[in-house]
Amino acid sequence: MSENTEIQTSTQNNETTVDYKELTLNGLWKNNPALVQLLGLCPLLAVTGSVVNAMGLGLATMLVLMGSNIAVSLIRHAVTDAVRLPAFVMIIASFTTCTELLMQALTYELYQILGIFIPLIVTNCAILGRADAFASRNKVLPSAVDGFMMGLGFMFVLLAIGAIREIIGAGTLFADMQLLFGASAENWKITLFGDNYPGFLIAVLPPGAFLVAGLLIALKNIIDAQIQARAAKLKAKTVKGSKRVRTTGQIA
Amino acid sequence: MSFLRASSPHAHSALTTARVMQWVLLATLPGLAALTVFFGIGSLINIALACIFALLFEAAVLKLRKRNALIYLRDCSALVTAVLLGLALPPYCPWWVVMLGVFFAIVVAKHLFGGLGYNPFNPAMVGYVALLISFPVEMTQWAAPSTLSNASASFPPIVESLTHVFSHDTLDGYTAATPLEVLKLREGLTLDTLYTNEAIFNQARWAGVGWEWVNIGFLIGGIFLLYKRVFTWHAPVAMLATLTLCSFLFYDAGGSQSAGSPLFHLLSGGTMLGAFFILTDPVSSAVSNKGRLIFGGLAGVIIFVIRVWGIYPDAIAFAVLLMNFAAPFIDYYTVPRTYGHNRAHRVTKIKE
Repeated sequence: MSENTEIQTSTQNNETTVDYKELTLNGLWKNNPALVQLLGLCPLLAVTGSVVNAMGLGLATMLVLMGSNIAVSLIRHAVTDAVRLPAFVMIIASFTTCTELLMQALTYELYQILGIFIPLIVTNCAILGRADAFASRNKVLPSAVDGFMMGLGFMFVLLAIGAIREIIGAGTLFADMQLLFGASAENWKITLFGDNYPGFLIAVLPPGAFLVAGLLIALKNIIDAQIQARAAKLKAKTVKGSKRVRTTGQIA
Repeated sequence: MSFLRASSPHAHSALTTARVMQWVLLATLPGLAALTVFFGIGSLINIALACIFALLFEAAVLKLRKRNALIYLRDCSALVTAVLLGLALPPYCPWWVVMLGVFFAIVVAKHLFGGLGYNPFNPAMVGYVALLISFPVEMTQWAAPSTLSNASASFPPIVESLTHVFSHDTLDGYTAATPLEVLKLREGLTLDTLYTNEAIFNQARWAGVGWEWVNIGFLIGGIFLLYKRVFTWHAPVAMLATLTLCSFLFYDAGGSQSAGSPLFHLLSGGTMLGAFFILTDPVSSAVSNKGRLIFGGLAGVIIFVIRVWGIYPDAIAFAVLLMNFAAPFIDYYTVPRTYGHNRAHRVTKIKE
């Protein structure tokens, strides 16, 4: 769960400077909670049947993640190592309860659709992971930014899986968005394959979630490999005619 | 003078992958013939479509993976997958159903896991299950067998069946419940009343018009493959044995609670196709003889349990996939004794 890179930055810099660009990049891509850390897979796979479900849970998770990161960062000097984890879990549970009540008040139907997966945000490892690996070692503002970026990265993946599953499974996109955005969003629904699309049920069922998540991870790895190859190509230009003898590595 | 040194293996057989696959294809012919006699040309259309799509997908994926397509296409493994899927699918199912099934079988189940030899699951059954849970309506419409007197026409003529396959209309006039469905939905009748009243049973000997001969056809093909030593007897015999045992235990003397006779279970649905052609897949099954006995035996139990108490009428595909999951675990505990050792290792040694 703990990430080497963060530990290094926080110990080296001794809580003085934090690179916000690095934080953003980590949350959205390099250390994405869903695609790289593979944390919080249970909600990721269970509720991403449509974009609106994915967005609902993504927003709720982001809220809890930011809140818990801020709170954990605030009390980071007051808790000892022994009671660290119970304290963090209590904080996360409180924020989850707040979120649950908020959703009950604002988007009751979505709250009912997401059901058990809202209280289950407590057990989302991504949240406890960030609290332990980052927020308990950093100042409030970087922790808040980290929570936001990690939450955003998680939500982007949820949205991508939700959109793909909704398109393949039901042939629509942005159906039922009024549950989240009010009555004006009722006609956001796009029907892609005509009205007599038979529906591809496996995409809506749990196996579809595994398939889409696996393919997204593969896609990310392909992109990473290409970026790396491009970087290596730029770097590898060694001067020709260099007489230095090398035993390992690239030989010009 | 120098010795000619060659590295192992020293003994080799002429049995290539392509030859084995060709025998398997040949062995499906009796069953396919029975399917065609009783249900019309639907299965032939399925198989033809499946083979075309399988070769296309296989070539495309091999190209993407930068492999030499011709070498891998020539081993016929994609064709075997396609033929098995085509036999399992209901006759006259729409072309896009076949295409999606083959896509799941070849691309998802086989090549995403690394190609032939690396797939943990039987590709044809993955394709079948993906279709079964995605399109329950299309996948449960079996054609009515030709000799049923209450069916208005025997089976659709060629032109009409092709329009069924390539257009969107359903095959309503020609479908009938399979024996397994009839038995499941009989609502408390005794087996005797069922066998005298239902046309699909009273025009047949043991297990429903057409189905018994289809299964006997696959049994003949299976025995041919056993004779050719393409696979060992362990998995199919174990599966048929446990299926017989279970149905014997729950036969209940043919009363209203009966789960069907042993002969009925052996000769209906995909029993023989599953036992001899699916379960014996060398890649995804257990590898030792003892392991295969366990593998097949448990598959038979799962088939019976899902058939009798599950919501799906037949269960070959689910049973095979569940046992594929278990195969590495079974292998782990059934390592055979190696030559030169007195006792077999209880488990595979794990490197520290």
